[in-house]
Amino acid sequence: MIQVFKQVNVDWLANRRLFIGVSILIMLAGLGSAVFRQWKHPNGTEAFNLGVDFKGGTVVTVKFKQRPSAEAIRDALISHGAKDVVIQPVTDKPDLALIKLPLEGAGEGESQAQLERGRARVKDGLNSFGPEGDAYEIVGTDAVGAVAGAQLRNKAIAVTMAALVGILVYIAFRFEWTYGAAAVIAVFHDLLVTLGMFSIFQWEVSLTVIAALLTLVGFSVNDTIVVFDRIRENRRLHRRESLYKITNDSINQTLSRTVITSGLVFLSVLAMVVFGGEVLRGFSLALTVGIVFGTYSSVAIASPIMVWWEQRLEAANRIGALGAARKGVPATGSPARRETVSAPVRKRSREAGQA
Amino acid sequence: MKKKNLLQRIIIIAVVTLVGLYTVIGPRRRPTLKDFTWSGIKANLASNIRLGLDLKGGSHLVMRVKTDQFLKSLTEGNALAIANAAKDAGFAPKDVKTETAGNYKITLEVEDPSKLSEIDAAVKKKVDLSDWSSSPSGNTVTWTLNSTAQRTLAEQATEQAQRIIESRLNAVGVAEPLVQRHGAQSSHQILVQMPGIQDPERVKQLLSAESRLDLVHVVSPPSPAPVQTYNTEEEAKTSLGGTVPANRHVLPYSERNEPTTAGQKTPEDQKPKKWVVVEYPAVVGGNELRNASATQSRAGGNEYQITFSFKPTGAEKFGAWTGANINQYMGVVLNDEVKSIAYIKSQIFDQGEISGRFTKESAEDLALTLRSGALPAPIEYLEERTVGPSLGADSIRSGVRASVFGLLFVVAFMLFYYRGAGINAVVALLLNMILMLAALIIFEATLTLPGIAGIILTIGMAVDSNVLIFERIREELRTGKTIPSAIEQGFARAFVTIIDTHVTTIISSLFLFVFGTGPLRGFAVTLVLGLLINLFSAVYVSRTIFMWELSRKRRVESLSI
Repeated sequence: MIQVFKQVNVDWLANRRLFIGVSILIMLAGLGSAVFRQWKHPNGTEAFNLGVDFKGGTVVTVKFKQRPSAEAIRDALISHGAKDVVIQPVTDKPDLALIKLPLEGAGEGESQAQLERGRARVKDGLNSFGPEGDAYEIVGTDAVGAVAGAQLRNKAIAVTMAALVGILVYIAFRFEWTYGAAAVIAVFHDLLVTLGMFSIFQWEVSLTVIAALLTLVGFSVNDTIVVFDRIRENRRLHRRESLYKITNDSINQTLSRTVITSGLVFLSVLAMVVFGGEVLRGFSLALTVGIVFGTYSSVAIASPIMVWWEQRLEAANRIGALGAARKGVPATGSPARRETVSAPVRKRSREAGQA
Repeated sequence: MKKKNLLQRIIIIAVVTLVGLYTVIGPRRRPTLKDFTWSGIKANLASNIRLGLDLKGGSHLVMRVKTDQFLKSLTEGNALAIANAAKDAGFAPKDVKTETAGNYKITLEVEDPSKLSEIDAAVKKKVDLSDWSSSPSGNTVTWTLNSTAQRTLAEQATEQAQRIIESRLNAVGVAEPLVQRHGAQSSHQILVQMPGIQDPERVKQLLSAESRLDLVHVVSPPSPAPVQTYNTEEEAKTSLGGTVPANRHVLPYSERNEPTTAGQKTPEDQKPKKWVVVEYPAVVGGNELRNASATQSRAGGNEYQITFSFKPTGAEKFGAWTGANINQYMGVVLNDEVKSIAYIKSQIFDQGEISGRFTKESAEDLALTLRSGALPAPIEYLEERTVGPSLGADSIRSGVRASVFGLLFVVAFMLFYYRGAGINAVVALLLNMILMLAALIIFEATLTLPGIAGIILTIGMAVDSNVLIFERIREELRTGKTIPSAIEQGFARAFVTIIDTHVTTIISSLFLFVFGTGPLRGFAVTLVLGLLINLFSAVYVSRTIFMWELSRKRRVESLSI
């Protein structure tokens, strides 16, 4: 039997301050990059390098017979009046290039005219390399007006938020709301870290990146749930153990699964980065970063927060029970007994009743 | 008992697998021998799976109907009708004003405030103002469009635009177009998908062509005097005393160049623009058209004109007017531009022509848009995505390559790490792929590029279920349980976790599916289908394989895991 880990006995929770500190640092770096870019616009960059899906504009995919250099294409287009044009040669296809044009000027009603103008300029510029159909061929066009861009952007944010709420509700229903909250905080952390990376490295945020972020939400919660499931089970088996020890044990017991699964998913996502082509690049990049941090956060963020929260609740319960006893009101049980009837156990007894 | 249970499971799995496999690679007709060859399988696979535009090539357009424009012209038309009705009843209005920003209002100012209610009644008799509420005050009457009617009218305009777009697409011969509403109802957006269209420019122009046709009386001394034209817009306005009254329009008019020799001049070559004053409401409008077609003009060469005929109601109006106005000038107005002017020689009933020096293609497109009726309001394009077939084929190749490599990585690892049990995982994975494609075909879902990404992620999720189960079985074995009970416990314990992880991912995918657009939807579809199927393949099928292994031996001493 080949095993990744034989017997692991790591005190994960002891390092919680370090973990959370590192995460906060990474998040701050991302936030700093976003705020700084939004504010100062170094080299014309913004908080996020939004694709045409969200910002409006045109992307023309051109297939050249003999692809000129990016500079030559840019010069040809600029001499025909195109402004702020970005040429992106496709790395795995030597004859393809993407030409990206922002919307010209502001004003919502004008978006159609703006798109038409942009496209006309691209054609004019490209004609300097030879006639269409001979020297080059336009194989794809994505043109999004300002209205549609804003609409897609709002929708993407709304969908992500709604999905997070849905997950919170489900976990709260299956476990306890503290577990749900801890899982959602961890997922939120993953989203922020990934978005931070997109801001720092100025990777393009397109519609497929949103799909990747939502997948990431699913995967990250998966990892967290696997650990939480084990905690719930272990609490039932070892009622006398502290939550601290049980959580550490649970993380250690599920560690080989966590590493194997994340590793495999990481490999299939890596296959997408390498072979998936230009269109899926943003998607696969978001997932590569997300998988790493999603796995990390279920161990380093979700569990410590859940333990901290549960301990606080139990402490509050104990004080409440003591106070009630002092006032002469009969308490429902001794503090020690209350501890075993704390959060996750209640649910368990209900399940047992149904079985 | 156990044996019977196992047999039952194997039969279920075999049936599901065969049905799935046939759905994916079988033909939708009686199979022939050719269907079992490699090329036959490939052809069937290609025809069974419905590919999205991003994979097979085509054009995707999102457009918005400018319903505010529709309400504006409705308000202006009603204002004109109200003024005329008041005048016909003997109360010449002093002024008519319209308000068309957000709220739609018509204000009629009269000389005699005491006659307000009589005017109101007279107007009501002639003009349908059931959606408007009138409120007299001082020497004015104000009609306001109800907000519910405003919504209903805008909605009707969008629906009508959608029908017109559909008929135009069919008329121009776009194969299998998809036309549907897009986004929230109140956004008045229409989505058009046209597979196989690589250069959507012509179709786009055709769809958005307004083609409002009016036949109007041109204000001019009657023939044989030449038609009264003006060199500038100001000149035309001055002839009306500086302001244009509600029943007059000043429109540009491009006089035709009579070609001296056929083909000498290009059809676009025109004399400088002039202006004419025309009378509104129109004698007959484009909605009275019965037919329109492009015909070669008498001058011959490459010049085309449009001949049209009226419906009976329109022909009646047209005949009555032409009969009463012999020698008067009449103009054909297309989209607020006078295309041609002619004097009435004799009473005409149902035929007419527009000779505006068209090319063959532009005449055909114009005739087509006239036939399909005028759009109730202008449309604007919000989004256009066009993918050429070669780019689509490239995407399929990259997607398939990424999936195959992803699958190979996973298969190699599972066989190496879990040995015998790895076979269970591989069988489950392959079955998952087959059944997912079968489900896509059965639900007639569309496979898009993000959909392929969803398939790759399903591989990840599917293998996670196997890892969870196998790791659990290993743990149970380590605690000293017998092999059958370790397998039983492993599946039972891991199943709870598998359900939780699947449900959370399905929840987030469902939000994507319900609220997401195009590409996001395709992703959600494959991921949800893959996860649901995974519950069958990774749990039920894998379990059955273990059961079968156990049943082969009387006493189980070792398990390859």
